[in-house]
Amino acid sequence: ASLGARKTSYGSGLEPNTFEEITSYNNFYEFGVGKDDPAQNAGAMQTSPWSVVIDGMVDRPGTYSMDQILEGQTLEERIYRFRCVEAWSMVIPWVGFELADLLDRVGVQSGARYVAFETAVIPEVMPGVRRRVLDFPYVEGLRLDEAMHPLTIMATGIYDEPIPNQNGAPMRLVVPWKYGFKSIKSIVRITLTDSEPPTSWNKANAREYGFYSNVNPTVDHPRWSQATERRIGGGLFAARQETLMFNGYENEVAGLYEGMDLSVNY
Amino acid sequence: MKPSQRINLALSRVPAWPLYIVGGLVPFWYLYLGLTGGLGVEPIEALEHRLGELALQGLIAGLAVTPLRNMTGVNLVKFRRAIGLVTFYFVTCHLLVWLVLDVQILSQIWADILKRPYITIGMIGFVLLIPLAVTSNNWSIRKLGPLKWRRLHQLGYAAAILGAVHWVMLAKGFQIEPLVYLGIVVLLLAMRVPKAVKRAVA
Repeated sequence: ASLGARKTSYGSGLEPNTFEEITSYNNFYEFGVGKDDPAQNAGAMQTSPWSVVIDGMVDRPGTYSMDQILEGQTLEERIYRFRCVEAWSMVIPWVGFELADLLDRVGVQSGARYVAFETAVIPEVMPGVRRRVLDFPYVEGLRLDEAMHPLTIMATGIYDEPIPNQNGAPMRLVVPWKYGFKSIKSIVRITLTDSEPPTSWNKANAREYGFYSNVNPTVDHPRWSQATERRIGGGLFAARQETLMFNGYENEVAGLYEGMDLSVNY
Repeated sequence: MKPSQRINLALSRVPAWPLYIVGGLVPFWYLYLGLTGGLGVEPIEALEHRLGELALQGLIAGLAVTPLRNMTGVNLVKFRRAIGLVTFYFVTCHLLVWLVLDVQILSQIWADILKRPYITIGMIGFVLLIPLAVTSNNWSIRKLGPLKWRRLHQLGYAAAILGAVHWVMLAKGFQIEPLVYLGIVVLLLAMRVPKAVKRAVA
């Protein structure tokens, strides 16, 4: 079923990865730690009906069905670079809408400064949850200005098709200038808050994963370099390519971090 | 005749040389899979990990020979040299994939070896295996004498520990599989302790 998303100029000039590449090589630890585990296991997750609790410092808190969230929403196609903290990358034609639109609809209260997100936990269909790979539910967070940035979207599709479960159906976050794990999948809760929310990888290993986790070739992961990345799809002899500051979105987002030491706020 | 004796008798007719052929071909089989899409959309990482896992399995197989004989009487000693040499070959292939296909950049390779503890540990494990591979022949056993030779080959214990730790350190989150491998290595080494203590006392 084609979603009929409106084309945009985002990512013009980028060569997207194939649908097969994007949907067969995933990190979604709820479904296992192997890259092909999500594609193999996530099919068992029911994503319809689906609802999202939106609460905290908002004017209209409540439980919103996906239909309500998508009602009157214009879906756009945006081709974004996607850079994993593990130093591989893809180019993905997402379909979605700006998170700012959703937040405006529920009315962000003036004291709110952060947005917290939570992924579904369904142990019966999620072997990784049963094995306690991480402290589930998976949680993520953004500063409010990051969340309201026009590049930040909620994705519900890929290649104009509904987003497959292994990529975070029915709705996931996409923050293209941050490492992929910030772009939390299969969201069931969005909470506006006045304090920095906990994030899963930071809880698991604070030395390696900071709250910001902006793509930054000059700040290494303690266990590997972030200076280069391998674009998926190049085969056995793919050359590494240089990682771009803020994953190539420096012009758009560098201002959000003015005056911050990015090696401290990694 | 005890079952173990019957097994040993059967094994006495099985030559060790096919292990070299099969072991020698395995990395090429994976290389072929990697070239033809059989290793998924990121074949470099997959190839590197498969070879690393094979190497660790080989180390474990080599370490299991003695406890197996002590516990069951089944004697695989005649295959141990082949197991060891094939394992060294897997480790070398794993290292080559990392150097040539994965990191690619010479300056970064050296920086990684020095800066990244899991790579440092893996490299030390590889280096420890070099003298073992070099002396895995009858001439070396004669030259060194069995006692010295056996002591030298106890470096394999350290290499196995380092190999398993190398994987544990590289895992993200709480992953069972590398911990299971480390547990098996530790167990196989622990099974040697009582005998070593007895030998020291005697």
